[in-house]
Amino acid sequence: MSAPRLTVTSLSTCFPTEDGLVRSVADVSFSIAPGKTTALVGESGSGKSVTSLTLMRLLPKTARAQVEGQARFVTRAGREVDLLTLPDAQMRRLRGNELAMIFQEPMTSLNPVFTVGEQIAESVRLHKGLGRAAALAHAKRMLDLVEIPAAAQRLHEYPHQLSGGMRQRVMIALAMACDPTLLIADEPTTALDVTIQAQILVLMRRLQAETGMSILFITHNLGVVAHHADDVVVLYAGRVVEAAPVRPLFATPAHPYTQGLLACLPGKAHAAGQPRPKRLFAIRGQVSSPLSPPPGCAFEPRCDQAIPACSQAVPPLVVTDDLRQARCIRVPSVERTAA
Amino acid sequence: MRLPRLLRQLMHRRIVMLSALVLIVIAVLALGAPWFASADPNDTAVLDRLKGPSAEHLLGTDELGRDMYSRIVHGARYSLTIAALTALGSVIAGTVLGLVAGFFRRLDAPLMRVVDAMMSFPDILLAIALVAILGPSLLNVVLALVLVYTPRVARVVRASTLVVRELLFVEAVRALGVRTSRILWRHILPNLLSPILVQVSFIFAYAILAEAGLSFLGVGVPPEIPTWGTMVAGSQQYADKAFWVVLFPGLAIIFTALSLQILGDGVRDLLDPKLKKTL
Repeated sequence: MSAPRLTVTSLSTCFPTEDGLVRSVADVSFSIAPGKTTALVGESGSGKSVTSLTLMRLLPKTARAQVEGQARFVTRAGREVDLLTLPDAQMRRLRGNELAMIFQEPMTSLNPVFTVGEQIAESVRLHKGLGRAAALAHAKRMLDLVEIPAAAQRLHEYPHQLSGGMRQRVMIALAMACDPTLLIADEPTTALDVTIQAQILVLMRRLQAETGMSILFITHNLGVVAHHADDVVVLYAGRVVEAAPVRPLFATPAHPYTQGLLACLPGKAHAAGQPRPKRLFAIRGQVSSPLSPPPGCAFEPRCDQAIPACSQAVPPLVVTDDLRQARCIRVPSVERTAA
Repeated sequence: MRLPRLLRQLMHRRIVMLSALVLIVIAVLALGAPWFASADPNDTAVLDRLKGPSAEHLLGTDELGRDMYSRIVHGARYSLTIAALTALGSVIAGTVLGLVAGFFRRLDAPLMRVVDAMMSFPDILLAIALVAILGPSLLNVVLALVLVYTPRVARVVRASTLVVRELLFVEAVRALGVRTSRILWRHILPNLLSPILVQVSFIFAYAILAEAGLSFLGVGVPPEIPTWGTMVAGSQQYADKAFWVVLFPGLAIIFTALSLQILGDGVRDLLDPKLKKTL
């Protein structure tokens, strides 16, 4: 395996609020290999989006986020930089050029007063120094690349003239315009209907195969993860609770939370050899408040397998085999029973 | 790309078109004043004083026997120039202030408190005070009016900036590596164009009225310069004997201001995508 494109080491992001310090992301580590997809999975508020915004350094200044840790990124030229400490000017040069981002809401992610061609062209002109005409021509190629029909015509249309799926394609074209080495996709398909979702995902995979870019895929949709990710990092309350390659994770989830998530999928419990349940499984309870996290394992209050020791201290992230990690004090025993 | 369509859509509204036509006529008259005027606007003829409209004097003569029509045409130059400069100046100043206040949260409170303080003065009083300090001249009237109208623009632009800056596309262009100043001028400002354009037309109209008001009160343009305001001001005491001395400059003010307001409304309706369908 070649050196990872991005290596995040003990990343923490805290926000000071009136009610105290909120730890949105705590001690998160993961890496993405070139040309591979790592999925960050978790429910709302688990710190997925904050992680991506921290990496892109797009957190609003007014939030006064306190960021710790390292994010070592290997540029196209092979230079290693820390995304978290890079000077602003250099960071700006990376953004859009080597690091690109796709947002959840294609409806509002485009500037309503410029044509889509102008918007794609801007990024190219900024980073590649192309002239106006060349940039527009490049924009048209990008629209072709993301399979937008009648690209030459669409180039001169405004975002409001496009459907949601089209706009997300434009967003992808925009992100891909400078041939980034790392694409951060923050729930890129959540706002789209299911058939469009599938098309967009297939498109992203095709582009990845063609360009060899790495993708950090942020989602709460495990079905999407199963089909499109190489590695999975499961976040719960801002911490990594399990990290594993996609197949073993789905086959033998180690952490009770991951097990619960998989059991929530329609048909999954059935596939695991149990009788098909009448109702979908749901993890009981709610995510604990980020202002008063439980003293022990964050998932302990909702965990069916909790033992008294769970509420004593935050369990460490243990390596269960050479590629897998889990944050549960019962993990070794869970592993044994599963084996 | 965008402007021709806008013009086409404006054509479909008759009242807006009429207003535009009125403004065009006035603008053409003002620009070509030396050719359109039938006499020198400052030529006095004591024997012809306060004559009613006739073939020789289309709109009559004033108390010094000056040709009213020629004075109105020449006055249009000054009145429109003052209004245009005021609109331009206050829109530029107000847009910069509003954008900065709306985008940089830290500057918002200090800037807007200054704006609030300026707005808490009655408009005309502030202008009178400023002209009184600066002395009556064309440029000083413009300066005073710019100071009076800048806060209005600033407030509108700031409010719109606050909305636009939160839109996701701002974050998206930031993610593309666009620097803050460019985001502000190239991405946010064009989104504010329609409220700004509407403000331009309204301030243009207000400025014409305000200039007339200031001149009427004697703190505007020096009386020897024919503006519509100085004409009304200079002749008002003869209004009972010769109505035309105040009626015609008054009508010029009303038509111009009204047309600008209607045009402003029309432009706003067309630029607001939510209202587009209803037209």
